[in-house]
Amino acid sequence: MNRIDLLFKRLQKAEEAALIPFITAGDPDMATTEALLEELEKAGADLIELGFPFSDPLADGPTIQAASQRSLRGGTTLEDVLDLVARFRTHSQIPIVIMGYYNPILQFGLARFAERAASSGVDGTIIPDLPLEEAGPWMREADAHGIANILFAAPTTPDTRLGRIASKTRGFLYYVSVTGITGGRTELPPDLLEGVRRAKGTTKRPVCVGFGISTPEQVSLLAPAADGIIVGSALIRVMERHIQADDTGYGSGPGLVEEAGAFVRSLKEATRHFQ
Amino acid sequence: MRETLTKTRPPKIIPAELSGADLVTRGPDAKGRFGIYGGRYVPETLMPALMELESAYKAARRDRGFREELSSILRDYVGRPTPITEARRLGEALGGIRVFLKREDLTHTGAHKINNTIGQVLLAKRMGKTRIIAETGAGQHGVATATACALMGLSCEVYMGRKDTVRQVMNVFRMELAGARVIPVDSGTQTLKDAINEAIRDWVTNIRTTHYVIGSVVGPHPYPLMVRDFQSVIGREARAEILKRTGRLPDAIVACVGGGSNAMGIFHAFVPDRGVRLVGVEAAGEGLDTDHHSATLVCGSPGVLHGTMSYLLQDRWGQIKGAHSLAPGLDYPGVGPEHSALKDCGRVRYVAVDDEAALRGFRLLSETEGIIPALESAHAVAHLEELAHVLGPGAIVLLNLSGRGDKDVATVAGILKGRQKT
Ligand SMILES: Cc1ncc(COP(=O)(O)O)c(C=O)c1O
Repeated sequence: MNRIDLLFKRLQKAEEAALIPFITAGDPDMATTEALLEELEKAGADLIELGFPFSDPLADGPTIQAASQRSLRGGTTLEDVLDLVARFRTHSQIPIVIMGYYNPILQFGLARFAERAASSGVDGTIIPDLPLEEAGPWMREADAHGIANILFAAPTTPDTRLGRIASKTRGFLYYVSVTGITGGRTELPPDLLEGVRRAKGTTKRPVCVGFGISTPEQVSLLAPAADGIIVGSALIRVMERHIQADDTGYGSGPGLVEEAGAFVRSLKEATRHFQ
Repeated sequence: MRETLTKTRPPKIIPAELSGADLVTRGPDAKGRFGIYGGRYVPETLMPALMELESAYKAARRDRGFREELSSILRDYVGRPTPITEARRLGEALGGIRVFLKREDLTHTGAHKINNTIGQVLLAKRMGKTRIIAETGAGQHGVATATACALMGLSCEVYMGRKDTVRQVMNVFRMELAGARVIPVDSGTQTLKDAINEAIRDWVTNIRTTHYVIGSVVGPHPYPLMVRDFQSVIGREARAEILKRTGRLPDAIVACVGGGSNAMGIFHAFVPDRGVRLVGVEAAGEGLDTDHHSATLVCGSPGVLHGTMSYLLQDRWGQIKGAHSLAPGLDYPGVGPEHSALKDCGRVRYVAVDDEAALRGFRLLSETEGIIPALESAHAVAHLEELAHVLGPGAIVLLNLSGRGDKDVATVAGILKGRQKT
């Protein structure tokens, strides 16, 4: 059984939801990302969604766009991200899912990427611009190399389609909490819990929910209904307070890693719903 | 022949069975593919909306009422059919070829863009959408969308790269006069590509009320099909008229290619006429050996951007490169997927013309015919010199004059005056 499936099995027994922080590799620089991976795991993250940058992230709001730009400014490539995972994998077993847009993977070569990702210890991929209808070629490669390609379902997805997506996704189903792009929101849509239950009703696979979730309160509201909760923009905003820029690029100021850890710890605590 | 005028590179080899060579005349398959190109690479949130749009569009196309309403607006408001003008003095200046101009510059709002926006806004209204969004580069598509919305009473917001709002102030004001809100885009390169990103983000967020009017034959299926259909009126009119006037098909057809909508519009009716050369002219900007050009088909490679698989300007890691052209409407690092298929199967030849040559084309048409072309269209004019050379005297060339140059007069004046000083 792979690391993602093992994780959800363990968490179901423990009656808690997975806390899945999202960060962009290379934001503000690779050394910080490496330190963050360690820190997030220590802080209680159950799975890490590691983004790689793209010049045109059309499903992302301003916060993740900016993270992507900072990373590109530092010259981050897909190869660098795989190397980073490989280094981290020598001493950690936390599941890691890579998130990014299709074109960089396509240019890397689907077969080559699947092979390299698997040997680096990547457990899955999340590709926001690769819906079910276009995912065939990548899913075949991913399946052949034991990589879970995680598909999205959205509030706009009709039931029959949702069923088809749920049967094709691997690892978990990513339920998009809002009709919109990524980015922290003060309020989540009133029908979100209903949406998560609708998704849960279509599949035995875990359903994780993300987009716009920013606070421990929101996490504890969702934890009883969802198998996992993904927090991206809100975490990056915590980091942004400590990011320093100069002519040569970006770097982290004091406190970035610690504060990111503290924030993730507070989110993780909110996932333990039956205690 | 000046070296800088037109440059081509050897085509990348893609196996014939993948290139869509047999598909190009029949349009996209059920998945929106022209061979390997096209498709729908979009976030899941948009997928149901694209499917809804596709079926609404297909139903509208079958509906006589819709077709009649569209053609009466095109006739009474847009000014169709547009004339074909024989450019006699231009033909002489080029060594005795016969040049016919398809006068899209004479449409209401001054460019072919209006053919598409009238069609899409009419469709959106039929679908019960209350809000329209669009992206714009040169501002021509933005103006055409704002105009269609004013005509049909829908609210309109237009995303425009910050840099373009500065380059094309007059069009910003025209959009505002027509009641649209122009939203400057500060992300990325602050040009057309980023305006499209922003429009897609808006659409994902407001999908239930909003229709996104894409301005060219780009984006996810069904846009490349739908925009081509709405623009193909250009080629249908031109084919009938040129047969009437000259008694035969032209030897060649030339059009500029940004996203590729005016080119698809005029090419479509002629694709099955194998004897007619089709030439698409991209922008070589400051030169193909620099990073400052927009010659996507001539220099790019296949990849995925803005929901479709097509040729792109990208680096080896698949990051999209910034495009450049003096003509803001050509300043796009992607291109419509049908053009990619037409390139690979060899039916259309794509070339590139640089900023300097386009400026010469701009002046040449103005001086010989008293017609000031849009800088985009001036790229096609500039390519005539080479065509005349290849085809020889007496040849008949049809050029799609996609728009008029009023919007570019300040830009060109600035350049020419700057030169006088130095
Ligand atoms: C006059 C004119 N011609 C051509 C273009 C390029 O677009 P396309 O290649 O879709 O025709 C534009 C775009 O703004 C334009 O305004």
